[in-house]
Amino acid sequence: MSAVATVSGAASSVPSLWTLGAEQLQAPKIEYAQLSPTLIVLGAAVVGIVLEAFLPRKFRYGAQLILAALGLASAFAAVLGLAISGHATTKAAIAGMGAIAVDGPTLFLQGTILLVGLVSVFVFAERRLEPRSHKSGAHVDSWAAQPASVPGGEGEREATKAGWTTTEVYPLLLFAVGGMLIFPAANDLLTLFIALEVFSLPLYLLCALARRRRLLSQEAAVKYFLLGAFSSAFLLFGAALLYGYAGTVDYSGIARVIGNADRTTSAVLAETTGNDALLLIGGALVVMGLLFKVGAVPFHMWTPDVYQGAPTPVTGFMAAATKVAAFGALLRLLYVVLPGLRWDWRPVMWGVAILTMLAGAVVAITQTDIKRLLAYSSIAHAGFLLAGVIATSRDGVSSVLFYLGAYSFVTLGAFAVVTLVRDAGGEATHLSKWAGLGRRSPLLAGVFAVFLLAFAGIPLTSGFSGKFAVFKAAAEGGAGALVVVGVIASAIAAFFYIRVIVLMFLSEPKADGPTVAVPSVWTTSAITAGVLVTIVLGVAPQYFLDLASQAGVFVR
Amino acid sequence: MESLIGLLVGFPLLGAAVLLCGGAKLDRSGHWLGVLFSGASFVTGVVLFAGMLGRPTDERALHQHLFSWVPVESFQADVAFQLDQLAMTFVLLITGVGTLIHIYSVGYMEHDVGRRRFFGYLNLFLAAMLLLVLADNYLLLYVGWEGVGLASYLLIGFWQFKPSAAVAAKKAFLVNRVGDAGLAIAIFLMFTTFGTFTFAPVLENATDAGEGMLTAIGLMLLLAACGKSAQVPLQSWLGDAMEGPTPVSALIHAATMVTAGVYLITRSGAIFNGAPDAQTAVVVVGAVTLIFGAIVGCAKDDIKKALAGSTMSQIGYMVLAAGLGPIGYAFAIMHLVTHGFFKAGLFLGAGSVMHGMNDEVDMRKYGGLRKYMPVTFVTFGLGYLAIIGFPGLSGFFSKDQIIEAAFAKGGTQGLILGAVTLIGAAITAYYMTRVMLMTFFGEERWRGQENEPHPHESPKVMTVPMIVLAFGSVFAGGLFKAGESFVHWLEPVTQFEHGHSPFSAAVVTGMTVVALLIGVAGAWLQYGRRPVPSVAPRGSLLTRAARRDLLQDDFNHVALVKPGEYLTRGLVYADNKVVDGAVNGTAAAFGGLSGRTRRVQNGFVRSYAVSMFGGAAVLVAATLLMRAV
Repeated sequence: MSAVATVSGAASSVPSLWTLGAEQLQAPKIEYAQLSPTLIVLGAAVVGIVLEAFLPRKFRYGAQLILAALGLASAFAAVLGLAISGHATTKAAIAGMGAIAVDGPTLFLQGTILLVGLVSVFVFAERRLEPRSHKSGAHVDSWAAQPASVPGGEGEREATKAGWTTTEVYPLLLFAVGGMLIFPAANDLLTLFIALEVFSLPLYLLCALARRRRLLSQEAAVKYFLLGAFSSAFLLFGAALLYGYAGTVDYSGIARVIGNADRTTSAVLAETTGNDALLLIGGALVVMGLLFKVGAVPFHMWTPDVYQGAPTPVTGFMAAATKVAAFGALLRLLYVVLPGLRWDWRPVMWGVAILTMLAGAVVAITQTDIKRLLAYSSIAHAGFLLAGVIATSRDGVSSVLFYLGAYSFVTLGAFAVVTLVRDAGGEATHLSKWAGLGRRSPLLAGVFAVFLLAFAGIPLTSGFSGKFAVFKAAAEGGAGALVVVGVIASAIAAFFYIRVIVLMFLSEPKADGPTVAVPSVWTTSAITAGVLVTIVLGVAPQYFLDLASQAGVFVR
Repeated sequence: MESLIGLLVGFPLLGAAVLLCGGAKLDRSGHWLGVLFSGASFVTGVVLFAGMLGRPTDERALHQHLFSWVPVESFQADVAFQLDQLAMTFVLLITGVGTLIHIYSVGYMEHDVGRRRFFGYLNLFLAAMLLLVLADNYLLLYVGWEGVGLASYLLIGFWQFKPSAAVAAKKAFLVNRVGDAGLAIAIFLMFTTFGTFTFAPVLENATDAGEGMLTAIGLMLLLAACGKSAQVPLQSWLGDAMEGPTPVSALIHAATMVTAGVYLITRSGAIFNGAPDAQTAVVVVGAVTLIFGAIVGCAKDDIKKALAGSTMSQIGYMVLAAGLGPIGYAFAIMHLVTHGFFKAGLFLGAGSVMHGMNDEVDMRKYGGLRKYMPVTFVTFGLGYLAIIGFPGLSGFFSKDQIIEAAFAKGGTQGLILGAVTLIGAAITAYYMTRVMLMTFFGEERWRGQENEPHPHESPKVMTVPMIVLAFGSVFAGGLFKAGESFVHWLEPVTQFEHGHSPFSAAVVTGMTVVALLIGVAGAWLQYGRRPVPSVAPRGSLLTRAARRDLLQDDFNHVALVKPGEYLTRGLVYADNKVVDGAVNGTAAAFGGLSGRTRRVQNGFVRSYAVSMFGGAAVLVAATLLMRAV
């Protein structure tokens, strides 16, 4: 926070941080309607915390579940209302004193994040997979009985026996969703940073809350936290350098300075303003902070460890929603703040995209754990998305938006399936245990095969539509070589997706293989939603492509 | 009236669908359903024919547009029918002979477990064949063309438990593919040249295309015709196709499908008229096949294969006539129709003989059967007289016209063609007399064999169609010839020019009769005067070659199969070593790369942080470098 502190300290001579601000104090003008999706979700989260404090333990699950679902659903309704009333297109504007941009990409991504959040709540709420508690006979879910207890210790045993669980996950999820809603909408660097922290901190916590394999879960959380903090520092440092360059943290303000249109000439910043070294280093560092969140090489190292260690419902949520939010923020940063710099950042992003696609696809080949496999797959997909980002065209934006929507539901569905394949030790994530799954549970294996085919980008699945849109935009944007690498990486990736299908359907089942738990209506509906979206976006993508295309313009 | 045209195709198509999808419930009654659908199509045809006769000549053609099949910009393909005099002729032949053979099959296939399937295939064949002749464009014709190919394949291999039948079906299918490729290429060329493949615009504008293009299209159409009509060099499948049930041989491999090539050439007359070189090729193919088939027919002891050689030879006559241009088209079609009657009759007769002889096909084990199957003997005999061109019977009129037209071609070419057709007529008389003598006359060579047959006349359901066809064999030619009615009937479609033969009609007829007598006498001297050995003698070199179909399969084996095998082996080798090697090598390389790269992921946060830091440094440095460059 040192950069901000310096700035405040010099407040007497420096104009207000907000470019709209003037010397005299004004009551801030807040467009509550335009910010309502975020406000609803964060409000529901706060109410959830209060409920957690005052409700008796046995009522918490039901109340939290209803609150979270209602909150996300009504926020989604608000997004729909805003989009229908034209805030995505004609009435797109900057709200909240210049901090939040409400425009097409914002609403499209907020809608996607809210739906992902809602489906994630369903997966979070599953209570039929774990055996009931011995003492109270209560149903339990996949969350730690008492997170604060030492793994394997007396406290944990007591809590498990009592059938306790961690219902705080719902408010945590809501906070994370709230932050993610702001992240792609942030219109200045500080809002961006705050949003990053708002959604990251709950995720760190959620990662640590697994009921089984708690040590692995906690290790994942700590790793994620340390590396996340490290990358946040980079981002914040980059933000400070950009402020030093432009004299403002406002996106359009910085863009104007880059375009030489408008240069602040305050005495303090006179020496640094317009210094291209600050701009380039600052820009690179902010972008790096976002690349960490999307899991691009070489900032991807956390992904496999965290995806594997985190409770699977959290992994699904994180893999889907974080990617949506982070790519939204990355798009806005590159398209609104740094378009004047694209001849500088495009070659660098080329390199990152190629590395990401190839590394993700190649390393996934030798993975033996299904969650790690999906983690590397998500890295490869980040590379494909970067190809769309590099297109620097309206088609690039809309193709990335579409891809994010398509990909997030495939991911959610795939991880939801992973929660169902279990043996005595909990989820059976080692691939060898999945051998012959198709013989014993053809429906579940079939559904998982659909998701894998979508990951591989086989026609008639959403993966194909998305990949086609992204590659088309990239090719038209002059990144043909990138498309070639992308297709090669897809071919490599197809190998390990198909290998899992072969394993499930063409191998003999193992005698001590896992059982497929029969889920409750919650997980069933989450998986169904995943399959439906995957097939619909694959068979009849045009409506959604049009939608993404309409939403592809940023307000500046 | 137009709306009835679709029913012609619709009835048998529905029949095929009902019979093939109907399941075992229809096993008891399915064959009569098949007859019913075929008969309904015939009745529709007769109604349309009556209507057509009632209209003045220039209003006789009918057109029915069913739906747009492929409406893509300039590529417009319609499912539309065109019923003109040429199509009408074929419709009556196909449905008429088809219905008779359906009825015959009720008796012939009585004890076969797959009888319902058999009638389903027969109906399918009728639908496809009618589609072929009714289509108003080449693309739809191609659908019918492939459809009859499929039906033919299914029916040749109907007894697929016999390896020989399965192999024969496969052979027919493969050889036909060569011809089909020719038709496809011809359609491609038409589309690029004319921008359409509907008959009317293509044929009316044919002269605009230039002779080179017309020759190319014509040669490709000829290739197609060679495949379907078993003409040299694609003749090899027809003999083997006799593995199918005899009604199939009668309907598909004698009366109708194999004449599709003649239809195609006649229909595309305008193209051939503008391409003399292609016409010459057609004539040569016809002449060669005419002699080729006739020679093969002389040497075969299998009654069906002898008849198959004869079919090939007779279609050679038609193709030759069609290659003569407007002086020959009408005679080609006329011979096609009369041939449809007498050859179907002969095959049904052969089937009837086999029916009474425990399915024996070797004529050396027949003999003296006229006493035991009088109806078969008489109908077969009338067919025999018709095919050798006995004066007054159908074959006489139609073949005589072709010989006359061949001479009328003029010049040396005309003389050669006329001579070939006359020689063909003599050989035809020889081999058909041979069949007749070996089967119905002479000693009863079947006596004293193990499993001695008890020859008997076939049931009514089989003999009645044979009698009807015999009437056609006797009278059709005279009917067509009377007042040149057939030629005038077809003239609006095929054009007609009177050829000018160097000899008068009477002289040509005289020569034909002499040729006929020579052939009959030759056969009588060899097979009538002395007993026929029941084991085939070794025979001369030519006889032995002819028994092997003039070495057609040996030729194909050496010229096509062997090189193909070597090519395939080479490709398999290249696939294994080069392609698979590259693929497996790539896979192994990526696997190795993957195994090495994953070691970077060591689980320590400190290494991850270092990598991030390094990455950030590289990112910043690269960005700065980009500016510097």
